[in-house]
Amino acid sequence: MAPENPPPQTGSSLTTPWVPAGYFDAASALPVRPAAREAYLAASEHGFADPSRHYHSARRARQLLDQAREQVANVCGARPDEISFTSSGTQSVQLAIHGLALGRARVGTRLLVSAVEHSCVLHSADAVANARVEELPVDWRGMVLVPSLAEHLATAGASTDGVALVAVQSANHEVGTRQPITAIGELLRPLGIPLVLDAAQSIGRDPIPADWDVLTASAHKWGGPSGVGILAIRSGIRWRSPLPHDPHEGGRVPGFVAIPAIVAAAIALQEAEAERATESDRLRSLTDLLRRELVANIPHSTALGDPADRLPHIVTLSIPYVAGEALLADLDRAGFAVSSGSSCVADSLVPSHVLVAMGALTHGNLRISLPPEVSEADVRRFIDVLPGIVADARDSLGAGDL
Amino acid sequence: MSTSADSEDVGPALPPYDQLLDERGSVCPMPVIALAKALKVAPEATVLLLADDPAAASDVPAWCGLRSRLLVWSGPAPDGRGQGFIVAPSDPN
Repeated sequence: MAPENPPPQTGSSLTTPWVPAGYFDAASALPVRPAAREAYLAASEHGFADPSRHYHSARRARQLLDQAREQVANVCGARPDEISFTSSGTQSVQLAIHGLALGRARVGTRLLVSAVEHSCVLHSADAVANARVEELPVDWRGMVLVPSLAEHLATAGASTDGVALVAVQSANHEVGTRQPITAIGELLRPLGIPLVLDAAQSIGRDPIPADWDVLTASAHKWGGPSGVGILAIRSGIRWRSPLPHDPHEGGRVPGFVAIPAIVAAAIALQEAEAERATESDRLRSLTDLLRRELVANIPHSTALGDPADRLPHIVTLSIPYVAGEALLADLDRAGFAVSSGSSCVADSLVPSHVLVAMGALTHGNLRISLPPEVSEADVRRFIDVLPGIVADARDSLGAGDL
Repeated sequence: MSTSADSEDVGPALPPYDQLLDERGSVCPMPVIALAKALKVAPEATVLLLADDPAAASDVPAWCGLRSRLLVWSGPAPDGRGQGFIVAPSDPN
């Protein structure tokens, strides 16, 4: 017989989810997975020493680091010696772009980047001295137009200035659309032009395309600790460090290596990969449900990005006649964390470059990105509350009956 | 009712329009809301919207696409302050 008043739940139990209920901003960051927290503590004890030294605790640290490198290499489809650990995805991107631009300066100074890259890619390219940055346009789904890349490459053949690199993400961070990496690789391979693949949104959630020469990612998106980035450089690629000499990570990344965090990141990535087989289909059916139900119940709203060729866990809505930020505050009060690509606020008046490039509305933008193991009940509760929140926000702007 | 008389001495002639909406000084999503409201009241009107919110440059064309309106013209506002957009019903007669 169940007691009338069950005792309050205390402490953690096996059924306690590692992601808070209603946290739907997984594309920004995830909590550290419990197995990764344990691995961090263990590696703090056993992996503290300088792995380049020659005594017992140094060998132990080196073993832990080597093992983590191998685990990450397996997921990326790389050799362990092609993997370097950085301090963030942004640092990986900066090193990838500046190192390739330097290594290939004799070939050319043209940098081709998609118009919908993460802003750290665009800023990195803009900061390369004497480079010419050319943006590749996208269609309404946010997908890079491959014929446009072919045109850029054709003019490269006619010019004396060659292309140092092409940078395209695996999938878009704001709308989830996958990029046509295989088709892009087919264009670049015969020309020997390296592709920088920002795989931050795909790794651990979706297959990683094989056609990359330099790959970047960040552990905080797959449930590893923040402060760990991946920089993978295929052997034979002409990459030169843009930084002063430093021996760590094969001369690619400066500073003492954060072994406990790296070990934890590798454990988390293995766990993410292992659950991906079952989770990605389940998440895709939940995001399909969100797309269908929210568009049906919010007048004039549309779902952005490719309806099928997309990441399994991201849904982005365009909701006219509301400020995205107003919705975020109301959703927060209802217990949901989501993000908005809009910027209808006084201090950041620059609209999202991704939404502009797609020709989408920039106001009233809402990105819902589901964490692994999210409950269907949570998703259904979101579907129940959002239409009312939108209706209230529209009423407050006198836009309720448009 | 045309209000284009004021603009003729400060710039090249704009395509004709029936109604002026000056939304300069208001931030997104207000310019698009004003446009949608005006066209709900007068669905057959051709409207000149003036706005200086940076989002208007992308949001007005995107809204026209969503609501099947025709963006007849866009460019700098006739007096140089902000952007102008002339929006017509999709089937101009």
